[in-house]
Amino acid sequence: MGDYSDNLIEVRDLKFSRGARQIFDGLNLTIRRGEVAAIMGPSGTGKTTLLRLITRQLIPEQGAIYVEGVDIATLSQAELYLMRRRFGMLFQNGALLTDLNVFENVAFPLREHTKLSTRLISHIVLTKLHAVGLRGAADMMPAELSGGMARRVALARAMVTDPDILIYDEPFVGLDPISLGVIVRLVRRMNHALGITSIVVTHDVEEVATVADRSFLLSAGKVAASGSPDELRTANSELVRQFMHGMADGPVAFHYDAPDYEEQLLGRENE
Amino acid sequence: MRQSVQDIYENGTEFVRTFGAFQLFFLRLLRYSPGILVGRFDLVVKQVYNSGALSLVIVMVCGLFVGAVLALQAYSNMSMFNAEDWTGVAAAFALVKELGPVMTAILFAGRAGTALTSEIGLMKATDQLSAMEMMAVNPVRRVLVPRFLGGVIAMPLLAAIFSGVGLFGAHLVGVELFQVDVGSFWQQIQLTLQADDIREGIIKSCVFGVAASLIAVWEGYNTVPTAEGVGRATTRTVVITAIAILIFDFMITAALL
Repeated sequence: MGDYSDNLIEVRDLKFSRGARQIFDGLNLTIRRGEVAAIMGPSGTGKTTLLRLITRQLIPEQGAIYVEGVDIATLSQAELYLMRRRFGMLFQNGALLTDLNVFENVAFPLREHTKLSTRLISHIVLTKLHAVGLRGAADMMPAELSGGMARRVALARAMVTDPDILIYDEPFVGLDPISLGVIVRLVRRMNHALGITSIVVTHDVEEVATVADRSFLLSAGKVAASGSPDELRTANSELVRQFMHGMADGPVAFHYDAPDYEEQLLGRENE
Repeated sequence: MRQSVQDIYENGTEFVRTFGAFQLFFLRLLRYSPGILVGRFDLVVKQVYNSGALSLVIVMVCGLFVGAVLALQAYSNMSMFNAEDWTGVAAAFALVKELGPVMTAILFAGRAGTALTSEIGLMKATDQLSAMEMMAVNPVRRVLVPRFLGGVIAMPLLAAIFSGVGLFGAHLVGVELFQVDVGSFWQQIQLTLQADDIREGIIKSCVFGVAASLIAVWEGYNTVPTAEGVGRATTRTVVITAIAILIFDFMITAALL
């Protein structure tokens, strides 16, 4: 595990809304260098939105986000791109470039940002593909890959430039147990071996316990609870208990806001 | 009454805003164009192939039949005045000055423009453009500019091919079918068609190339990232391009008279 002495990413009093819906209302969160941080929460709490804010794909309405002490809202586009080169991001659906084959997808960041020789690029790409078990699929097109394979190729692409921070958006969704095990081991191994800071957005309570050093549970636009997976599992808060144990009843309502059921069925809601 | 005035005001401001954004978008594409033309010409060549070479068959087939039908019409009218030799001239003027650029641009919108819009729209819907942003690669520069330039380069070439094949179609009908003297057919064209006429065709096809490619990449980039959104954007590309081409055609013709 890396050095925990300094904060890599700090989110301060973040406010953000989409239309009339307030997604974040004064969210505070700190991610330390070298840790695996899990961001958890029920659907629609804005986990993916938070990732997009941290990487400045979206701009906060209020509050600030600091990466190594620098407010990312103040960066010029060139500075922002320089900062993003230290990030690797794994999108939910892989987001592979459909007109390039697997090899070229993984080589893409190297070809765009470096002047490495073809031989060296080939060497690096094959190493990364080997790490995710898909060296044999180098010539395949993205359309020929299964969901799990696409995710693994995207992971190889995310780590091909050896980033300092790896961001995973729902990396465990829809994977078979073998692919899941591979991804979990990779997340852990990269964190341990390379000292990469990882941010994992997930619903998966079980997998979080195996990879995360700390978890943040989002609810109602704020961090409702944070701590190690064990601390969250044994927490007293009703909300945390409901989420960690997957209970239908609790502070998070199963039903989206709706008029009274009986009134609506009887057609009287407008009377 | 008050509601309708408000609607007109809102639609008006929305139109002005969109038009302003469209112009800024065009300037952004122009800003990155020299860098891509010099530094990444390979990307442009690939897009000239996608937009141009893959549209060749449809452009050539349409050109052949448009030329042939022009010759049919011209011959039937010219023969009333015993001026059959002028069949080729009528077809050549119509092809080089008007139908070559206009028809090619509309075919281009239907074949290459829709492909550009749906490709870029789907890249957006599947987070490919966001992924590029995250890899510190500017998607406007890397994805849109080569596609825009590819269309701009391909359009005049396609229009020239359309007109050339169209003349061949006119030759088939005039010379081979109606037995117009081959020497007179081509000599009249050579004597009558001036460099200015050809220049008009080239100017039109260049302007149409910019308009058609710009609209296609704009619509793709601003697609609502859903299946329905991509479908709508693709339709809009064809409709807006066709209207824009006809308006520009009128304006350029009027300006060059």
